[in-house]
Amino acid sequence: MEDGVKKFLYVNRKAPYGTIYALEALEVVLIGAAFDQDVSLAFLDDGVFQLTKGQDTKEIGVKNFSPTFRALGDYEVTKLYVEKESLDERGLTADDLQDITYEDEDDDWAEKPSILIVSRSEMADVMAGQDVILSF
Amino acid sequence: MKFGVVVSEGPYTHQASDTAYHFVTAALAAGHEVPRVFFYHDGVNVGTRLSIPPQDERNIQQQWSALAKEHGTDLVICIAAAQRRGLLDKNEAERQGKDADNIAEGFRISGLGQLIEMAIDADRLMTFGD
Amino acid sequence: MATLHTVNKSPFATQSLLSCLGHAKAGDTVLLIEDGVYGAAGGTGLADAVAGLGGAVTLAVLAPDLKARGIDEGRLMDGVKTVDYAGFVDLAASHDRTQAWL
Repeated sequence: MEDGVKKFLYVNRKAPYGTIYALEALEVVLIGAAFDQDVSLAFLDDGVFQLTKGQDTKEIGVKNFSPTFRALGDYEVTKLYVEKESLDERGLTADDLQDITYEDEDDDWAEKPSILIVSRSEMADVMAGQDVILSF
Repeated sequence: MKFGVVVSEGPYTHQASDTAYHFVTAALAAGHEVPRVFFYHDGVNVGTRLSIPPQDERNIQQQWSALAKEHGTDLVICIAAAQRRGLLDKNEAERQGKDADNIAEGFRISGLGQLIEMAIDADRLMTFGD
Repeated sequence: MATLHTVNKSPFATQSLLSCLGHAKAGDTVLLIEDGVYGAAGGTGLADAVAGLGGAVTLAVLAPDLKARGIDEGRLMDGVKTVDYAGFVDLAASHDRTQAWL
């Protein structure tokens, strides 16, 4: 931990809509962004389903919160680690996920991808490098 | 050592709030500090004073209220999660024009910032959910 | 810089234990609590997978949850440690972080 800044990892392992965990996790991320910590999000197991394109919830009457992921860059939440093995197991590729980007203020506001596809062992390293792990 | 604790499932359906209670009790007995417990998702339902479990069962809400009274632990119910699920304190009931409030003694309603603050402040964060 | 992982689901119901073991690192401890304790018994269809994945990871189980479910400690896989709630607190304090596999 440097300068009172902790490394926060929000771990998402559940699919959206069937339960409320994904939505309420996102609400924590949005509030937490105001606290100037070093924030990352992890998506593994069924959590990868949260990021897929083309979600349309009109007929189930539940709010579609998937567009909110694309706004995370405005909150300076720019590291979304997605586990490749979890995608593979579910027949998904990076192309099935939304384009989520941020503007890098340290690089002349260049638009960069927020989604980082990592292997299981890289995900384990990300987890092991945190101060605080919030699980949803 | 200072522990922060999150309870993210409701009482009785899931064991999470029981396990959290036993963990906190053991931590305090060992001389650790537990300044705050944060109730999120259906965990907010632990804080209703209107539950009436059968007399031969533990009363989860009363266990937590007694713990708060004895040790000064701050029991915080997330306001956003609470409003979805019908948990209101007196002020919020008045503000929202509702005719009742139901927060138990020792619990208070506040924002998600209290969760982040707790995580920053604590040496270890424990999550009990489902 | 070790992690205490907690798993509270039966491995026969969800992938949480396997996912946890797939991410745990040498020196970590995986503590099975609540319905997670069913993953600590030997002679199940999962025991080999669990034992094989464990490796340098310590497996522990919360004894009050074992007792509640009528699982005799003699039925646990070799090498599984049992702890009470005080031991759970000690594990949380002696590791650098905790991660709940909900």
